[in-house]
Amino acid sequence: MEKVLLVDDEKEFLETMAERMGARDMNVTTTTSPKEALKKAQEESYDAVILDLMMPEMDGLETLKELKKKNPDLQVILLTGHATVQKGVEAMKLGATDLLEKPADLKILTEKIKKAHTKKMVLVQKQAEEKVRQILAEKGW
Amino acid sequence: MNRQSDAEIETGLRFFGKMTASISHEIKNVMAIINESAGLLEDYSLMAQKGMPVDPERLKVVSHRIANQIRRANGITTNLNSLAHSVDEFQKSVDMRETLALAVGLTGRFADMRSVTLDFHPPSDFPAVITSPFHLLNLIWRILDFAMDASGTGKKVGLTFEAGPTSVKIRFTGIEALTNEPSTIFPTATESALLHMLGAAIHQDAKKGEINLVLPKDVRQQAAAES
Repeated sequence: MEKVLLVDDEKEFLETMAERMGARDMNVTTTTSPKEALKKAQEESYDAVILDLMMPEMDGLETLKELKKKNPDLQVILLTGHATVQKGVEAMKLGATDLLEKPADLKILTEKIKKAHTKKMVLVQKQAEEKVRQILAEKGW
Repeated sequence: MNRQSDAEIETGLRFFGKMTASISHEIKNVMAIINESAGLLEDYSLMAQKGMPVDPERLKVVSHRIANQIRRANGITTNLNSLAHSVDEFQKSVDMRETLALAVGLTGRFADMRSVTLDFHPPSDFPAVITSPFHLLNLIWRILDFAMDASGTGKKVGLTFEAGPTSVKIRFTGIEALTNEPSTIFPTATESALLHMLGAAIHQDAKKGEINLVLPKDVRQQAAAES
């Protein structure tokens, strides 16, 4: 089951999207506050964060920067009202997994979340293998 | 064309571009909600086809959500339409209540992005003013833009209106950055050019943290008096 954090200042968008994702067997947490999103991302492990680019309090790119600072492996998909090549490049440079234009197609978004989940599983496995290698090296077995 | 008129054209175009870009973002947000709501109704219908129960209250919630967003979109496009028509004439009788309400409506999203509250108190008496609606909107926006950035910890900008015998005054309040001394960075050349076009003047009241925009009731008479 994919675990997703949805961040958008539009409450009705969050509620509707969360219900639809829930019906597709995703475990969804929502917040309208980027600051709260940073807190939740530290407390829980998410397969993907879906983040609106334009929000009060803290804009999407700033939030992305902070999220990646705390967890460089976190998969973050940005949603924007106007996707340009320039924005896409800037988002990728900051470590975003993808940039989608609103209104987003839930099928496409779901596929990207599943891919992010798979990527995370691969990373977790790699980290576990690395830990085992380190232990073996320390113990000299 | 001379440099001054080029600058005036550029100012107007930049204002128009900024407002229409903001409006398009708002419309996109509305469409995103309606899109997801339509998708959710489709999900419910698939559930019903598979024989799963669907709560009629949930259907009501979604349909109300769509209706609310349509109302919201209607308000946004009405503002867009009013902005578009503000360039129909550059000297006309302007309903100040409508103009100020439009300016606040257009600035709303920018205020939300900065977590600033716009507090508009329309008085009961609103005389008509003969002026350029587009340039007036542009100037009010520029003052609000400055005021929002200078609102300090209060994060609340008030807008009120007073009428005199030959002029009207629009008061912008809650500008904390002015409480020590008047700003030397405002008005800039752009605001000054707009003030000149409108025959208007700006006064900063540092003690009260206010900017007052004084407009002649008839810009044509102002221009005639000056010539």
